Amino acid sequence: MSIALSVDKLSVIYDHFHALKDVSVDIETGESFGLVGESGSGKSTLLRAVAGLAPVASGSIKIHGDPLVGTKRSKAFYRQVQMVFQDPYGSLHPRQTIDRLLLEPLAIHGISDSDTRIARALDEVGLGNGFRFRYPHQLSGGQRQRVAIARALIVEPSILLLDEPTSALDASVQAEVLNLLEQVRHDRNLTFVMVSHDLGVVTHMCDRLAVMRNGTVVERLTSAQLAQAAVTEDYTRNLMVASKGFVKA
Amino acid sequence: MTDLLTVQNLKVSYPTRTGVIEAVRGVSFTLGKERLGIVGESGSGKSQTGRAIMGLTPKHGIVSADKLDFNGIDLLATSAKQRRQLRGKRIAMVLQDPKYSLDPVMSIGRQICETLRTHEKVGKAEARDRALAMLEAVQIRDPKRVFDLYPHEVSGGMGQRAMIAMMLIADPELLIADEPTSALDVTVQLDVLRIMDRLVSERGMGLIFVSHDLRLVSSFCDRVIVMYAGKVVEELKASDLKNARHPYTQGLLNCMPQIGESRHPLPVLDRKPEWAA
Repeated sequence: MSIALSVDKLSVIYDHFHALKDVSVDIETGESFGLVGESGSGKSTLLRAVAGLAPVASGSIKIHGDPLVGTKRSKAFYRQVQMVFQDPYGSLHPRQTIDRLLLEPLAIHGISDSDTRIARALDEVGLGNGFRFRYPHQLSGGQRQRVAIARALIVEPSILLLDEPTSALDASVQAEVLNLLEQVRHDRNLTFVMVSHDLGVVTHMCDRLAVMRNGTVVERLTSAQLAQAAVTEDYTRNLMVASKGFVKA
Repeated sequence: MTDLLTVQNLKVSYPTRTGVIEAVRGVSFTLGKERLGIVGESGSGKSQTGRAIMGLTPKHGIVSADKLDFNGIDLLATSAKQRRQLRGKRIAMVLQDPKYSLDPVMSIGRQICETLRTHEKVGKAEARDRALAMLEAVQIRDPKRVFDLYPHEVSGGMGQRAMIAMMLIADPELLIADEPTSALDVTVQLDVLRIMDRLVSERGMGLIFVSHDLRLVSSFCDRVIVMYAGKVVEELKASDLKNARHPYTQGLLNCMPQIGESRHPLPVLDRKPEWAA
């Protein structure tokens, strides 16, 4: 199997704050990879660095073997790699209709037959054509996140970066969005890099995962190992206890 | 057991240009010195129920009930002044996100002292001492330092502890916690819950815990009310959760992915129109 995304000794420094320290991960084509950790552990920073949204101090990022330089990304890169953000309330333009929102990436990349593509994209994420000329404020959180997924998929990328795609959603809606993501991954043979603080969600979605803390990877596991509680780090164990929920003393 | 709070047929509605939105449509329950969980999705009216009890429904909203009684006080007939005396002193509320619900231009210590001095006649020095003791009770390691910090200088977990300290300092009889841990990290959530758990049982207050997380609520509370579209669809003991009968409750229980489980695809809620009837 070929490596879809390779991150080698990546460091990100904001002013004097070391957000990422020498992080290396290799993600294979068609794989679903999870990043777990608490806030401030650098898991989102890693995704943002790949997307060119964080100041890389040192290290290298390769997409299908091609190195990325600096924070500038080419158009070709964005056809390969798309990102879905955490907050569906903040990531859609409030004054553009869904149609306009989905047209934007097509216009940028000069893709023709936009009409059929938009209809297909909406259909794929389970929203009918009735949603096409609505505004984001007329949709629920789950529907907005579907639009954000449709917007990412419309340029037919091969890698999808998912930054806590369901943490702003209700548990019942989360299940629907996770099912949708699994479905599209299966249909299009996508590579997922998924950030979440919820171990349950990550083990459900991903084959392998990395546990992050203070800007470094503290442990690498497969989902099966996690399910058998074969963890070596106390930190991971703490996360596991936390995900089991509250136990009365 | 004497009832601390009796709610009968509570309704909250908001008139809008396009018609009346009924956020809560006839909720009834009683609460003693126990922990009651209210669970539902966004828009189910769970927060509106808590806010109506607290008297925080916006002015244009209409609250009506056959009975809304707190320890013999008819909450619907109280004046704004009486409400203010109740609020913070006898009924307190912990809100979801400490980032937005603490005063950003007031130090944490001053905010706690303010609550205390509004409701009790205490001197500055005593208020300070009690605030420090309270900060210690919510397991803040260095209360003296945190006392002088501003909300933006502390983490989410610390802010939420400060808010709990602020709400408990006047020794309320009823605490309403509206998603107190949803904005926090999983690891911090448990700490905050443990602190709330201990303080609530030590002080013997009634607790209404509003959340969308059914599992969390059932592990924390004695009794759970499940709300859907502004109505109570099921009320059950937390220990009886496995025997939940309503398909909505069962759906909420099943839809969370768990470690060591392989269910692809996850079961989703099949919403029936008759649930909202």
